[in-house]
Amino acid sequence: MKIDIKNENGTAIARLSGEIDHHNARELRSELDRFIASAQPRELAIDFGGITFMDSSGIGLIMGRSKLMKECGGHLEVLNPQPYIRRVLKLAGIERIVKIR
Amino acid sequence: MEILNEIKFTMPSLSVNEGAARAVVSSFLIQADPTVEELSDIRTAVSEAVTNAVVHGYRHEKGNIELTVRLLPNRVIYIRVRDKGCGIADVERAMEPLFTTAPEEERSGLGFSVMQSFMDKLRVRSAPGKGTTVTMRKRLSAHGD
Repeated sequence: MKIDIKNENGTAIARLSGEIDHHNARELRSELDRFIASAQPRELAIDFGGITFMDSSGIGLIMGRSKLMKECGGHLEVLNPQPYIRRVLKLAGIERIVKIR
Repeated sequence: MEILNEIKFTMPSLSVNEGAARAVVSSFLIQADPTVEELSDIRTAVSEAVTNAVVHGYRHEKGNIELTVRLLPNRVIYIRVRDKGCGIADVERAMEPLFTTAPEEERSGLGFSVMQSFMDKLRVRSAPGKGTTVTMRKRLSAHGD
């Protein structure tokens, strides 16, 4: 599991790679939350292009970060989920909460 | 039940074993030559079931999780995930989408919904103090479908 965050003028992109399950989600969650608290970006896009596996733990991760971004006055987007990950996102109705591109 | 091949795997309820369970299932299923989508579906369902055992079944104490994978006739894959943890008092309620008893871990309450959606059949047997057994089946498409 790897995370690479770039922040420019209040717009941040967090590129994830590897697998997201309950075990890995904890570390991702703390790293993203630390970044949001310190950088306070207006927009945060999480790029799922490098994710090779995701179960419903990824849904909890997205919903939690979306809530946090809203509390900080910003918003969250999800980028480049592979078709298989889109199915998990669709099952959770996540597109009603965050924009998927 | 005629069993063409079977693997049984017992692991302690450590979250790192969620990935190990997926790896074991993937290796076993190579012989059945599933499509990429079928393999993803089964790996996801197994991940959800094992995570439930780690997070819910053994939330108060550690224990063992037994994973059984069988190849049955007509390209049917049978999966059983069994724990001897605290069990579920109301299985019907636990299977409702978005129901979770672990919101502090950001569990979305979608584990059983994912299993139901990605597999053909799902059965959950559980009782308080007796543990939980999840069985799932999925028929793989015939070669050339």
